[in-house]
Amino acid sequence: MEFLSDIASLTNSTLRISTPLVFAAMAGIFAERSGVIDFSLEGKMLMAAFVAAVGSYFFGNPWVGLLMAIVVCVSLSMLHGFASVTHKGDQVVSCVAINILIIGLTTALAAAWFGQAGLTPTLTDDQRFLEITLPFTDALREIPIIGLIYSDILSGHYIFVYLAYLSVPIVYWIVFKTSFGLRVRAVGENPSAVDTAGINVFAMRYKALAINGVLIAFAGAHLSTAVNANFFREMSAGRGYLALAAMIFGKWHPKTALIACLLFGFTDALQIRLQGVELPTIGTIPVQLIQAVPYILTVVLLAGFVGKAIAPRAIGQPYIKER
Amino acid sequence: MVSPILQLHNINKSFGHVQANKNINLTINKGTIHGIIGENGAGKSTLMSIVYGLYQADSGTIKVNEKEIKLKSPKDSIEHGIGMVHQHFMLVENFTVLENIVLGFEGEVIFGKKLEKAKTDLNNLCKTYSLNVDLNSIISDLSVGFRQRVEILKSLYRGAEVFILDEPTGVLTPQEVDELFKILRSLKEEGKTIVLITHKLNEIMDLTSEVSVMRQGEVVGHTKTDHTNREKLAEMMVGRSVLLRINKSKTQRGDVAFKVENLTVKDDLDVTRVKNVSLEIHAGEILGLAGVTGNGQTELLEALSGIRKVESGEIFLNGKKISDSVEHLNPRELKEKGLAHIPEDRQRMGLVNDFKAYENLIFGYHDQEPYSKSSIMKEHKILDYSKKLMEEYDVRPRSPHLMTSNFSGGNQQKLILSRELNESPKILLVGQPTRGVDIGAIEFIHQRLIDMRDKGAAILLVSVELEEVLSLSDRIVVMFDGKIVGERINKDVSDRELGLLMAGVA
Repeated sequence: MEFLSDIASLTNSTLRISTPLVFAAMAGIFAERSGVIDFSLEGKMLMAAFVAAVGSYFFGNPWVGLLMAIVVCVSLSMLHGFASVTHKGDQVVSCVAINILIIGLTTALAAAWFGQAGLTPTLTDDQRFLEITLPFTDALREIPIIGLIYSDILSGHYIFVYLAYLSVPIVYWIVFKTSFGLRVRAVGENPSAVDTAGINVFAMRYKALAINGVLIAFAGAHLSTAVNANFFREMSAGRGYLALAAMIFGKWHPKTALIACLLFGFTDALQIRLQGVELPTIGTIPVQLIQAVPYILTVVLLAGFVGKAIAPRAIGQPYIKER
Repeated sequence: MVSPILQLHNINKSFGHVQANKNINLTINKGTIHGIIGENGAGKSTLMSIVYGLYQADSGTIKVNEKEIKLKSPKDSIEHGIGMVHQHFMLVENFTVLENIVLGFEGEVIFGKKLEKAKTDLNNLCKTYSLNVDLNSIISDLSVGFRQRVEILKSLYRGAEVFILDEPTGVLTPQEVDELFKILRSLKEEGKTIVLITHKLNEIMDLTSEVSVMRQGEVVGHTKTDHTNREKLAEMMVGRSVLLRINKSKTQRGDVAFKVENLTVKDDLDVTRVKNVSLEIHAGEILGLAGVTGNGQTELLEALSGIRKVESGEIFLNGKKISDSVEHLNPRELKEKGLAHIPEDRQRMGLVNDFKAYENLIFGYHDQEPYSKSSIMKEHKILDYSKKLMEEYDVRPRSPHLMTSNFSGGNQQKLILSRELNESPKILLVGQPTRGVDIGAIEFIHQRLIDMRDKGAAILLVSVELEEVLSLSDRIVVMFDGKIVGERINKDVSDRELGLLMAGVA
């Protein structure tokens, strides 16, 4: 039985740890399917975490913090669009600029407002999102298997966890079953075809970037107003890049990107679980090595499998109409 | 009763300092096939992009059905019944035919009823015009001819009355061209108007009832097609009389100078593109290699010129083995043995666009005396040499310091030609020598190739322009799907027969 509850707790933490990755990967799908590289997922996630924490603290309501994070992230996406879509700048450079700007900005603003470099005050329970216990959790707990799945794995997560997994079918549906999705995909493959069909290429890319901004805001808010109760320096810790890798590994497709996110989440959950555990014959694995596992996995997966992934054809290329 | 469907008045358009269209006046009558002919860079495509709303004219007015309209984007022109089939197809390659056609005209937010209706409508259109397109195919699985039909179907579905086709036959086999012309005639019978942009005189004579000629951004003539002929049109296009038939003496065929045995070559994606090809080229002959783009010609040329690794098979130069799967001579060593290569893609492989003309002219000789001594380049010597070459090959403008990208396609090609031919190579590999080159320069380039042949060079001419292969070659081989599918002596072959070979059906 201990083995089963181990599995349950591992699955539970996989779902939680994967949450920001899923949001970020879905955000990335929108930007990149429209032909705009989004390396700035990392920076935007960090900014969202900061703004959500600050907003929640000042207004005493985490929803206000989330809303502010959405506004700020959409603005950052628009900034990325202004540089790389309207002014045809290099998309990677624009993203790197945003990432660097935000690392400095969050630290500096935290220092100016709260007197502590890169830390925001701890939020009270009223000011943050709490775990949601699903109905009948206690009643169902005693039923074998179902009880385990329902009460120990599915119940007791933050709202963002549920939203993240809900976002995957929605993103899939928008991208593949609506005319908007068709246009987004077309603009990332052959913008000239979209232009000659009488659709504004630039407007399409901006719309896709706006959705990107909304989704990435959820990832940041999850970090600072749900799993943690404050913002701290560089708290996104490479998750934006990891999500980007998951998205590429998932071939810019919501379903496979989700699987990649869960895989990364699982290795992370596993490394936490394995810390300090004595394994038979091997002994204790050094913490540093275990912590490196998700990143090593990223490199291995990208190097080994991504060769077959085909990026949207027009990705990274600003659309130039006249010669 | 003839009524104008499309009228252009005093259209002007400049790109920077270049005036692409100058005071264009043009009237297209309803229900006609109207040809617009002109050399590359004459401003035909720019004009049509203005009519389609892709570019905005600097000044001038456009009338559709005698009503003045404003075109801000293709959306406006589509609303006024103008459709365009671009030279480079505007299709999303990994979408289905259906997805490509409804793009922008979905009529609903969530796919459902309208999409079903679109399918029915499109299938009906396909029947009416015998287009024979499967709506569920992915574009990348379709041949070029079918992709073009998808473009026509797309315009039809969007309610076009005027169809503009920009160089529609450039990438088609002769049979596909016949099919296309049939479709265009049936469109005309249904009362549609067709504007055919081309630089090919035959097409104008075959298909159109009226023709306008453009030169250097201006319309220089209008006429009924019945009242003109190929020679007159060519003269109007170029502004001087042009020799359309090349003067070619009988060949003085020598020994085998270049031989390829059972050659197999793979491309960068590890796909076998050249399959067991054997060829012989004699001194003093031009061997034409015909075929539709993408049937392995590119990889064959690259392997022969030492750029690409040979998978299996052998290559011999004057009876000596130069390359096999184990080792091959690099382009430099081949050059020393008297082999010159005029690559298919001059922008990418023939020239460095951001270099000055003289720098490109000296490439390959830049470290040899007298142009260089102890690794230091001798600028006067190089400039003198460049001036001499540019004079001899009539490169215009004759300024060695001009950036290569500022020369026209024809003059860029002359730069390459002068560099490669100056050393009188024994073997000459030529890929698409006149792609994107104007008629005047074509004449010049063809004459130079014939001169080389008469001097005893063995020439392999790879071209997708059947007319070019027919007018220059002594012997013709046809390549399809990586294999040589036929060999003919030029005298006794028709373009029809070659077309069937090129399509892989004979």
